[in-house]
Amino acid sequence: MSEPVVEVQGITKFFKSFKAVDNVSFEVCPSEILGIVGPNGAGKTTIIHMLLGLTTPNAGSIKIFGLNFNDHREEILEEVNFSSTYTSMPYSLTVRESLKVFGWLYNVKNSDDKIDELLKVFEIADTKKMQVRNLSTGQLTRLNLAKALINDPKVLFLDEPTASLDPDIADKVRKYLLQIKREKKISILLTSHNMKEMEEVSDRIIFLHKGKIIASGKPEAVVQSFRGKNLEDVFLKVAREKQA
Amino acid sequence: MTAHRIYGIFLRNLYLYKRSIPRLMEIFYWPLLDLLLWGFITLYLSRYGKTLPNFVAFFVGALILWDILFRSQLGISVSFLEDVWARNFLNIFVSPLTPIEYIVSLMFVSLFKILLAGTIMSLLAWIFYSFNIFVIGISLIPFVLNLVILGWTIGIFTTSLILRFGQQTEILAWGIAILFQPISAVFYPVSVLPRFLQAAARFNPASYVFEGMREIITTHIVPLQKLLWSFGLNALFLIAVFAFFCRILRAVKKRGLLAKIGE
Repeated sequence: MSEPVVEVQGITKFFKSFKAVDNVSFEVCPSEILGIVGPNGAGKTTIIHMLLGLTTPNAGSIKIFGLNFNDHREEILEEVNFSSTYTSMPYSLTVRESLKVFGWLYNVKNSDDKIDELLKVFEIADTKKMQVRNLSTGQLTRLNLAKALINDPKVLFLDEPTASLDPDIADKVRKYLLQIKREKKISILLTSHNMKEMEEVSDRIIFLHKGKIIASGKPEAVVQSFRGKNLEDVFLKVAREKQA
Repeated sequence: MTAHRIYGIFLRNLYLYKRSIPRLMEIFYWPLLDLLLWGFITLYLSRYGKTLPNFVAFFVGALILWDILFRSQLGISVSFLEDVWARNFLNIFVSPLTPIEYIVSLMFVSLFKILLAGTIMSLLAWIFYSFNIFVIGISLIPFVLNLVILGWTIGIFTTSLILRFGQQTEILAWGIAILFQPISAVFYPVSVLPRFLQAAARFNPASYVFEGMREIITTHIVPLQKLLWSFGLNALFLIAVFAFFCRILRAVKKRGLLAKIGE
């Protein structure tokens, strides 16, 4: 088995006295999609933020491409990208201008060609000259995804990337993620509340609850270990049992 | 028209002030600063109004130069806020861009804004009041540079505070520079101020610029000492504010506030 591209060892995060992430360890291998699932407040987004250097863990270590994040931030971030349903792009810029800015930030050669390619893939080529403020939520989500692929990242962090997409576009995005994973050997760390989606695209999943990993492995193995019908069934069981 | 609906909206606004010190301060902040500024201007004019040699040059020149400082500061803090408002902040901060590169790029934005605003204001002052800002001569450049640097310093400081205390403090982006105005000797000399404010003005690089500008207009001699003081203080403050910004950035990452402000 090849060396993992992301190695997380015992990360813990407190927000005041609240333990958002509790001694979490996992790895992401090359060309692997790792899904993180769990109820709201389980710590999924906090983990992604720590992996991107937006939040500092209280304990534990993060290595990406075998490099310590704190010592090699720029080097790592050049090869990584991120998309979240909770972020947007500069409202007054056009779609093309927005992506052009990120082309510069990631030092993308021939960014115009890359932008055209990505807009075509996500079926928003017709919005190229539109201001971001005039995009629909679905178009904006796809623009975020296009931004996340502008630098041909080796590792992609996606926080609920299909949350606001209609079933047709969401399906296309999932297929595209599987395709780039296969063809470009991208490793993807993905969070979603769509359990069907997680089962479909994830090679492995980790199940988080109250900041702790309560199960991990292949989706079918996790489902079996909880004696559930599917991941959604497991999710409901876990969320409701723990609430009770 | 119903009283309960009107009360609902009234209450919604009252709730805002209940938990926001910046908003509460805003109620008193502007009137207090206006009172201070116009009070000292009035004091100055009542004492020296009849003996002022070049009234227009003093006031219009001062206004243009003050606006340069203000634009310089807004170039940093409002450009930062643009990314916060657009929820683009996280996208920027997960790119390989370093915090220092980010600040330097905002400094360029600020220079661009100053060039535009400075040109328009100088042109309008010449058209409407026959005032030529270049009457100050070539020494205008280092004086303006000092105001630009001070604007950057205030801008970075404000940005750091917004990072730390969140968007509820965004009012500071427009308010903090104004705090410096009464002790910047923009429209009156430092000597008009009470002693404790005179002491504060001595630590303000802008006071040397505006006093210097008036000295050039009246004596046609460049006050090198004032220029040096201004540069010295500016260099010190700029280094300190960079360190402050980096420290705040580390602190907000620890508290998870960087991610919060971006969403």
